[in-house]
Amino acid sequence: MESFKDLSSCRYEISESNDGEMIIYLEGRIDADNASSLIESFGSLIRDRSPVSLVLDLKKVTYLDDFGALVLVELRDMMADAKGEFNLKNAREEVLFVIDSEAIAESPKLIKIRPPSMFVRFGDAILKYVSDVKYLISFVGSVCLAFTYTFFHPKSLRMDDTFLYMQKTGVDALPIVGMISFLMGLIMAFMSSIQLQMFGANIYVASLVSLAMTRELGPIMTAIIVAGRSGSSFASEIGTMKISEEVDALFTMGFDPTRYLVVPKIMASVFVVPILTLFSDIFAILGGLTVGVFMLDLTANAYILQTLKTLSLFDFFLGIFKSGVFAILISWIGCLRGFRVKGGAASVGQATTSAVVSSIFLIIFFDSLFAVTLRYLK
Amino acid sequence: MEKNNIIEVRDLVVGYGADTVLENISFDVEEGEIFIVLGGSGCGKSTLLKHLIGLIKPISGRIRIDGDDISDCDEATFKKILRKIGVLYQSAALFGSMTIAENVSLPIKEYTDLSHKSLETLVKMKLKMVNLNGYENHLPSEISGGMRKRAGLARAMALNPKILFFDEPSAGLDPVSSVELDNLIIHLNKSLGTTMVIVTHELQSIFNVAHRVIMLDNKTKGIIAEGNPKYLKDHSDDPFVRNFFNRKSEH
Repeated sequence: MESFKDLSSCRYEISESNDGEMIIYLEGRIDADNASSLIESFGSLIRDRSPVSLVLDLKKVTYLDDFGALVLVELRDMMADAKGEFNLKNAREEVLFVIDSEAIAESPKLIKIRPPSMFVRFGDAILKYVSDVKYLISFVGSVCLAFTYTFFHPKSLRMDDTFLYMQKTGVDALPIVGMISFLMGLIMAFMSSIQLQMFGANIYVASLVSLAMTRELGPIMTAIIVAGRSGSSFASEIGTMKISEEVDALFTMGFDPTRYLVVPKIMASVFVVPILTLFSDIFAILGGLTVGVFMLDLTANAYILQTLKTLSLFDFFLGIFKSGVFAILISWIGCLRGFRVKGGAASVGQATTSAVVSSIFLIIFFDSLFAVTLRYLK
Repeated sequence: MEKNNIIEVRDLVVGYGADTVLENISFDVEEGEIFIVLGGSGCGKSTLLKHLIGLIKPISGRIRIDGDDISDCDEATFKKILRKIGVLYQSAALFGSMTIAENVSLPIKEYTDLSHKSLETLVKMKLKMVNLNGYENHLPSEISGGMRKRAGLARAMALNPKILFFDEPSAGLDPVSSVELDNLIIHLNKSLGTTMVIVTHELQSIFNVAHRVIMLDNKTKGIIAEGNPKYLKDHSDDPFVRNFFNRKSEH
């Protein structure tokens, strides 16, 4: 007979006879706290001593839950593998109840969901792409129809929501757009001044910053910030509404979900993103001015005059027009991704990511189109 | 044999901001009891449950879970309390990207050192216990509402907590599934001795499973009845309580 061993709230004692019979006397609780230690200890005992038969005496077991039942099942399996006998002794009624009621059935082997093979994924991607293109076309049609209806029935536009989205997309974004643009102007002026100083052309820092920001960087930077803030928010808002059946509820109440959800967002964006771009231009010029005045010994007056001399009304309106187009793209793709949400929370996350990535791609793509078109129009 | 109070609530005031939902309520839940919190819609049942499981701090008062004060404790004690409780949420709150077996095995993997093989066996046993054997590899979206509730129950009791909280377990279930869930609650209470605290207003379930109930009321913001539901149905002094248990309108 061996001495008691303590394992959390359970103790056990082992007795072995000469004919290879091993009896383990268990005492106390067998639960989640000690199940794995017991399985490990008894497993190594069986491996080391290879008993012909194993008897578990449960007389002094006060509590045994399914973790306890697991210990018994594992021991039974170990003994079966070792071609030995396994028996229980003095199991109290409530202990037997747990063991009887929780015996394992012939359940399938657990599998981990793995990604399908390359070919399946390739095929799946093509099918998904086709389905996306189909939906994209129908969504363009649906948005056009909704805008046409709103044009002829202006009262159908949800003005409250439109103002709310104007605030969320425009006013709330102003601090971050202003700060980033100011820093952009600052960095551009600083970097270009290093080169221009060598030629005594400090004053052209003003031209460089103002032209680059109003024509290209102002609209692009603003659009990227709006895509990150509002495009993603449109996708997740509509996506969450989709999985909680709110979009279905709108539909069954006789509302056109596109007119109800998409039109205010696009309208608000088209109105406020160009204004944001205007602010972005102003803040970037201020950033450049700061470098010009404090590092390049230019006067504020000279810097502003050079900026006004460089910029034409065409440059300014081109930037504003581009930002209007970017606003349509961002809000449209955000809403489109939201409507494509299916299933659960993970799908909302995917839609949000996809909305931002697609928006940025479309912004750059359309900017390239503008650049090429203008090159040939001139 | 005298039983311990596993939950003690004293002078509890709960609410949101300045608006109180319940004022100065006190009650105890005995170890191994099936205790039901009931009342009409908007009486603060779910709010009380959120306080009992530590999701919201009370405005004032004390909640002791197995001797530890959940309303005012350090992080280590809070974690200790969380190991003692399991919650079945109204929507089951299963993780949609994981299979049923993965959902159940998540807390077991985190808190025990069981080998992969033992874990697999245990998860099968847990799912067998809630009659979901064979559905181990299904996603939550691939099974019915009643099955999701049972899978949620298997996950809530993955580590065999001392106390199980249920938020409207019968909500959205057909009568047969509802009775099956009631029977499962009774079975688990008997076999494992788990204390069950159930928030519901489903009368049939209340009569089926409850050992004791408390009834909350939004007018008095307190407990208006406490005891065995079958007794309260006929013998309560308050006509509102009798009407509630007999499904009678006040008007």
